[in-house]
Amino acid sequence: MNKNYLAILIAGVGGQGILKAGSLLGEAALLENEKIISTEVHGMAQRGGSVVNEIKIGDVLSPLINKGEADVILSFEPAEALRVLDKASPETYLIVNTNPIVPLTVSLGLSTYPDLNLAWTRVRDIYPRLWLVDARKIALEAGNSITENVVLLGVLCSVPIFPLSIESMLKAIENGFPPKFRELNLKAFNLGLEKGKGRILNQ
Amino acid sequence: MQVEDILNQPIGSKLFLLGNEALVRGFIEAGVTVATTYPGTPSSEIGNVLHHLAKKADIYFEFSVNEMVAFQIAAAAASTGVRAVTFMKHVGLNVAADALMSSAYVGTQGGFLIISADDPSMFSSQNEQDNRYYAQFAGLPLLEPNSPTEARDMVKYGLKLSEDLQLPVILRTTTRINHVRGIVVLEEVESKPKKGYFHKNPRQFVPIPSYAFHMHPLLLQKLASARSISETSPLNRLEKAPLNTDFGVIASGIAYNYVRDALNKWGLNADVLKLGFTYPLPLNLIEEFVSTHTNTIIVEELEPLVEKEVRALAQQKKLSSTVIGKYDNTFPRVYEYTPDIVEKILINLMNPGQIDNPLLQTPEFKLPNRPPVLCSGCSHRATFYSVKRALQEKGIKDAIFPSDIGCYTLGIQPPYHAADYVLCMGSSVGTAGGFFRATNQKIISFIGDSTFYHAGITPLLNAVHNKHQFLLIILDNFTTAMTGHQPHPGSNIDGMGEDAPMISMENVVKGIGVDWIKIVDPYDLQASTNVIKEALEHPGVSVVISRRACSLLEARNKRKTGSWKKVIINTDICSMCEICIQDFSCPAIFKTNDSIQIDSSMCDGCGVCINICPTGAMVWEE
Repeated sequence: MNKNYLAILIAGVGGQGILKAGSLLGEAALLENEKIISTEVHGMAQRGGSVVNEIKIGDVLSPLINKGEADVILSFEPAEALRVLDKASPETYLIVNTNPIVPLTVSLGLSTYPDLNLAWTRVRDIYPRLWLVDARKIALEAGNSITENVVLLGVLCSVPIFPLSIESMLKAIENGFPPKFRELNLKAFNLGLEKGKGRILNQ
Repeated sequence: MQVEDILNQPIGSKLFLLGNEALVRGFIEAGVTVATTYPGTPSSEIGNVLHHLAKKADIYFEFSVNEMVAFQIAAAAASTGVRAVTFMKHVGLNVAADALMSSAYVGTQGGFLIISADDPSMFSSQNEQDNRYYAQFAGLPLLEPNSPTEARDMVKYGLKLSEDLQLPVILRTTTRINHVRGIVVLEEVESKPKKGYFHKNPRQFVPIPSYAFHMHPLLLQKLASARSISETSPLNRLEKAPLNTDFGVIASGIAYNYVRDALNKWGLNADVLKLGFTYPLPLNLIEEFVSTHTNTIIVEELEPLVEKEVRALAQQKKLSSTVIGKYDNTFPRVYEYTPDIVEKILINLMNPGQIDNPLLQTPEFKLPNRPPVLCSGCSHRATFYSVKRALQEKGIKDAIFPSDIGCYTLGIQPPYHAADYVLCMGSSVGTAGGFFRATNQKIISFIGDSTFYHAGITPLLNAVHNKHQFLLIILDNFTTAMTGHQPHPGSNIDGMGEDAPMISMENVVKGIGVDWIKIVDPYDLQASTNVIKEALEHPGVSVVISRRACSLLEARNKRKTGSWKKVIINTDICSMCEICIQDFSCPAIFKTNDSIQIDSSMCDGCGVCINICPTGAMVWEE
């Protein structure tokens, strides 16, 4: 089997900044002359529905990721991570924001939200590279909870197999936000990166 | 990246573009004069980007009232010799189909490109119809790209082809082209005349029966020319395998990518015929390909169009190759393909047993559904709440809710169940008459503002004239919200971003002859409920315009002005009656084990829940 690319799947809920995170990766790849292709969900899915953004960096034509072949899964929401587990293998880095967004169907009593502590125990058994991240806490430390997506992007970049340089990521973030939000997002990214490197993600 | 980069970056620049953005770059590079659309996913971002860039790019762009009008405007513009493009989602082409069919007879002078954005797997559509059939049906050349770059290239190729053949050309994308991002290298902008001249020629442009009689054979001649161009077109290319092989794969669209990746990944040896110009098909090229392979595998999403032609050719030319595709049930005919699907089938056909390690058993969790819902603060939710209350107070239990295409179709979700029958744009109004004539049930139809302008006016006129009886609620939030807030004829700006006259919805309704019409603010639940009750008594067509700006747009304003007051819950007073959850169902309100909470990051601050709460537990934050 030949594989010359890195497959990243970003999952979460519409409105969490998933598409933005993907486009920042694209800009960084461009800066390094790396090939990149991605595919995202628009339309209906934006209204609080599940959203995935599948990204491949390297030599490949299809943006969709096969079952069991995501190198990294970055989930902005815990239940959404469980929803895309079929794309993971035991080698997959599974980075998960621990802050749930409870869907309406749960409040209405039509479904239940999974017991996360039990879930993580089961998941870690098969996927040992499970990183649980309290992105909201880190985002607040950076100055604003709206930077959760950039915090998580920072954690993603701390993964050993991440193929792009931190310099390109920083530049992409600088270019990707209007001046008044630039510092905030750079801080959020750096905090995520640092905590990812030190694995101090959930305290 | 800024949207302006699509226009302003120098030639040779690399941009990470969405397929839809790449298409706009194609319009710019091809020197298009006129572009038209009615927004629809997955094509919507094409219009959004043009809305920003058209003026600077010297392109006339409009959000037309519907796809039929969009088509007509582009067709007429192209008849004067300039280049024109119209784009729409697949079902939009149904609306324009009447014009489409005749446009094949009438032909064109300047390049005329029709972009159909199909939606295999129905990510945001009511069906997954394969619009490649329209090319065959009407008799128009068809192009299918496999990437954002090829989409851009095919805009230019298609417009040139259209000029050469004097025929409109269909460029058919799918969601996995429109919503794929890839690297696009900018190419130079062709200089094309921005104004045309209409040379009268009724024999070409007016298909009255005696002229149309001669147009059909002419169309077939043009298609014969198209076929010979297709034979040598660079869009149809043969990719030889490194070693001689019995396997030949014919693939089109994004399915080609899945084939190419699977062959590379597993070292499978097959020749590939990549088709980008798929109607008329290059039959000589295909004949040679099929006759030199023992097995011909056809990989195309949705309908077996290419396959059918290949099978017919094989039969006609007595080719012995085994054709493998959908007719023999090897490939699925529903939903989009994935690399997984294509890879498994190819391995199974070419080297069974190659994948020896079975997939890991993924642990299964019982996960809550997360369907798209009406946003917090959405005025539609308030309207549905009032409708439900009005019906309760009147003791009506079996009202029928014909609905339409837009955000408010999400009213189908519990607790509202406010969508009972939907066919297409405007069907809420037309079908209401059918329900009225066939039942004694009360009928309340829902239609949005943009959809009303698009396809609601004619059926409303019909309802008045034919004395049907129902309540039509027009959910007016001042925008085409579902597809990303495009303006419509009721808006005060147009596609170019210029000031535009607003067409008054109430004047239109009155002008049609509706004699019972009231306008309500949906946030005022009491007034809305009363008006709906009153409207249900009217012996004829009654119209309630439920008017309030889309909460997403309002949120933008609130963010700008910083005046964003939210609602909090006093848990000491809350009796946990759950009316706010069970009956109102705002996504910002949720239940924990022992309390009701409001997620402040999701609260829109509409304040409607304050009026719903019977105990006064919902209050404005200080």
